[in-house]
Order: sequence, then structure tokens, then C-alpha cells
Amino acid sequence: QKHHKKVEILDAKTKDKLCFLDKVGKVLPSFSLHWYPARQSIRLDPKGKSLKDEDVLQHLPVGTTATFYFRDLGAQISWVTVFLTEYAGPLLIYLMFYFRVPFIYAPKYDFTTSKHWVVHLACMCHSFHYVKRLLETLFVHRFSHGTMPLRNIFKNCTYYWGFAAWMAYYINHPLYTPPIYGEQQIRLALTVFLFCQIGNFSIHIALRNLRPPGSKTRKIPYPTKNPFTWIFLLVSCPNYTYELGSWLGFTLMTQCLPVAFFTLVGFIQMTVWAKGKHRSYLKEFRDYPTLRSPILPFIL
Amino acid sequence: MASGEEDGTVEEKETNNKKRTKGTIATAWLTFYNIAMTAGWLVLAVAMVRYYLQKGTHKGLYRNIAKTLKFFQTFALLEVGHCAIGIVRTSVIVTGVQVCSRIFMVWFVTNSIRQIQNEESVILFVVVWTITEITRYSFYTFNLLNHLPYFIKWARYNMFIVMYPLGVIGELLTIHASLPYVRRSGMYSLRLPNKYNVSFDYYYFLIIVMLSYIPLFPQLYFHMLRQRRRVLHGEIVVEKDE
Repeated sequence: QKHHKKVEILDAKTKDKLCFLDKVGKVLPSFSLHWYPARQSIRLDPKGKSLKDEDVLQHLPVGTTATFYFRDLGAQISWVTVFLTEYAGPLLIYLMFYFRVPFIYAPKYDFTTSKHWVVHLACMCHSFHYVKRLLETLFVHRFSHGTMPLRNIFKNCTYYWGFAAWMAYYINHPLYTPPIYGEQQIRLALTVFLFCQIGNFSIHIALRNLRPPGSKTRKIPYPTKNPFTWIFLLVSCPNYTYELGSWLGFTLMTQCLPVAFFTLVGFIQMTVWAKGKHRSYLKEFRDYPTLRSPILPFIL
Repeated sequence: MASGEEDGTVEEKETNNKKRTKGTIATAWLTFYNIAMTAGWLVLAVAMVRYYLQKGTHKGLYRNIAKTLKFFQTFALLEVGHCAIGIVRTSVIVTGVQVCSRIFMVWFVTNSIRQIQNEESVILFVVVWTITEITRYSFYTFNLLNHLPYFIKWARYNMFIVMYPLGVIGELLTIHASLPYVRRSGMYSLRLPNKYNVSFDYYYFLIIVMLSYIPLFPQLYFHMLRQRRRVLHGEIVVEKDE
């Protein structure tokens, strides 16, 4: 028994009738409105939330004639592309400063290397961090959304690339001053940094394992056998907690104010994201653990 | 009547009373604030006119009014607070940017670089600011008292068309004039090497500030133009959807 519906699509802003489908089966086909599917936002209410790709026409609260509203989301770009671009930049830019490529510092320093061993260590840590991120983007992360608005790539790259250049300029500067407390400070910083890198990676793996390939189901993350995931007991978004820790370590290691500033700005942004995620967890799951804070145990 | 219902209405009345009291206090404070600011900028205007009439020149005028200008312009920081606690319905960021740019001009350019204090451009922007602020604060005052004379409303939404660009010119010329002195003295700058591994060059910072007028000024100007169209001609402006 086939249930046929009539479907009309209206523009969300002008309410013009864009399209009328006489006999639609269970699933609404993604039709061409001059805009590719990733740009199409179809919703039941002009100001409401978008319907998901998986939503089935039959199960939606509509009558025999379903009215949908269409909104153009603007040019889209895939998350993977954005991540790869925004992470490859800092990796390469930092190395340019590290190798003292011409036109950055005074000509007599071109292609020289710093005499401070902490500068070499910092380069390795910074590069490791972004290589890790690139590999995670390719092999670990499972993205809920395929795409984001195109203008985001300009915004994000300006942020990442700009800060990378600003930090790298001072760390690799011929007049760089190494940390006050010398080896002790650097050792502690490196320990914190590595600990948090491993922690951050562990969380990414744990989150990936929550979701079988191709699915978009959402579950509450819980601590696993890996001790680095035990932080889930206290925090909703430990990946951000560890990320903050990594950058605090890097700040301590380089004793560079621009790095501290970058850490602060990143922390503010991650806190906003963590609070949002925490709120949506609470909304979605009745039995969400009450001990958890968004990003900092008991504090934030 | 069941006692439960009675309690409900009593509670409601109490909350409404609290809201009304808060609203009255806010209005009273804002009225006082706007009257005080109108008065302050009027005093400044009078002082400038008197100085010019007595001395016949603008040289030394800035030094004469510096204290009053610094006081009332700095006091305007309170307006950011008004937006933050919600008694004024404007964006905190917009107000913050506007007040900060004024504070910057007064404290970090004109006040700290003595050599440019007799420039004509300084008089230009101070005069523009004075006219603008007197108009603005009296507009707010009359609004709060619910008696808005049309000419004040007219002034608020028309004078800016000329005042804004003139003010920008005055500010930019002043910053430009200060550049050689900043460069020579190396003021507000931090050089390498230092233990924070950072440097700051006030000279280049000022140049960046000047360049930032290019994207920022048109945005603010067209925002005011849109508001003007809406208020004076009742036109419905369709805002860009995000």
C-alpha cells in the first residue's frame, strides 16, 4: 500500500512557490533547485530548524499536502577540506619561521638556526601537534555534518594562520629569550604537553568508537579502559580540556606572550563550544551524569 | 477563594512591583546621567567659545579644556555598563567600540603627545564631538522625560551626516600628525629581547588604527543612515538575514 503525499516547496523568505510535487513516496527526493543538496535547507517552519537527510516524509507531522520551506545556506565547503587547510597552514608557516626563510628577520640570519635547544623542541612539539590534527581529520574524526558555509574557511584560516605566524615569529626570533627557570621549566612543560596530547588523542578515539561507521547516532561518552578517558567522569568535553592543557604546556615551554594570548582566545572559544555541547547532552539524555562540567572539572 | 490562589496572585504582584521599581530606578538614574552629560558637554562648549573669544587663537585651547574633556569622555564608559545590565537596549559591543575609540583618542593620542595639542585637527574633532554629544545626550534626556521636541530629534538624526565625516577627518589628521613624534620617542613600545618574547611598536599600531577606519567608518555611517530612514521617514528596512 503506497501512501502518496503532495509536496510543495516555498521559499522561506519570500514564500514564493518554488516547486510542487504531485505524488511523492516515502522519501522526499533531493531535487535540483539550481543549488546542490548541501546548500539546501528544508524545514517545516520558515524560521525553524532544518530537517535532516535521514528524516522520512511519512513520519513528519504534515497533512496530505506537505508544505516545506526552502532556504539557501550559501556556498558550502566540506568540513574535511576546512580542517585540512586550517591545520596545514600553521604547520608550514611555523616551519618557515623556524628555518628563518628570507625577508622575515634581518638578512644575516637567513637560514640560520637558533642556538637555544628549547626552540628546536618547540618546533617539534608545534609540528607534532598539527600533524596529529591532520591525521585525526583524515582517519579518526566522524563528522555529523558534511559541510559548513564557505566563508568559514576564510575566518578560520585567518585565525589559525595569523596566530601561528605571530607565535612563530617570536619563538624563532634571533633575539628570543629562553624560559627563566631553564631546564626545569622546559621539562615540566614538555611533560604537560605530551600528557595532554595523548589525552586529547585518547578522547578522539573514544568518541569515534561511540559511533559506528556511517551512522549518525548520538550516545553519552563514558570512561573506557584507557586512564586518559577517566576524565569523562568529571567533564563533558575532555578533548577541549586536554587541548587547553597542551597549549598551557606550550606557553610554559616557550615563555612567549603571544602563545599565552593564543591559549586564552582558544580557551574562550572552546568554553563556548563545551557549554553548548554540555547543554545539548543535558537536553537529549535524561540520565546524563550530573557530576560532569562542560570543560573544567567543577569549575566551568 | 482557596488560599493557594491567593498566594499565587500576591507573589505575582510582588514580582511585578519589583520589576516596576527596578524600572523606575533605572529610568531615574539614566535621566540623571544624561542630564549630567548634557551639562558637562555644554560646559565644555562654553569654555571653548570663551577661550577663543578672549584669546583669538586656538593655541592653548586644548590644554585649557583638557581636564573637563577627559572627565566627561571617560565617564561615558558607564554607557557600556548600561548596555551590559540591560537598562539601555543597545549592543554592548557597538557601544564599547565607540566609547573605546573616544578614550583612545583622548588618552593615548592627544593627551600623551603634547606636541600635537595645538593642531587644528584637534580643535576640529573636539568641536564635532561637543556638538554631537550635546545633541545625543539631550535627545536621550528628552526621550526619558517623554517630551521630545522635534528639533532635537531632527538634530540627532541629521547632524551626524556632516559631523561624522568631519570628526573622522579631525581624528585621522591628529593621529597622522602624531606619527613622527611617536617614532622618535618610541613611546608605548616594547622592543626585543625581553622575557615575554613579544614586541610592540606603537608607531605601526597607530598606522593600523588609521587603516581600520576604512572598513569601520562606512559600516557605522550606513548604520546611522538606516536608523535615520527608519525613524524620520518610517521606512521599513529589510535587514540582511544571517
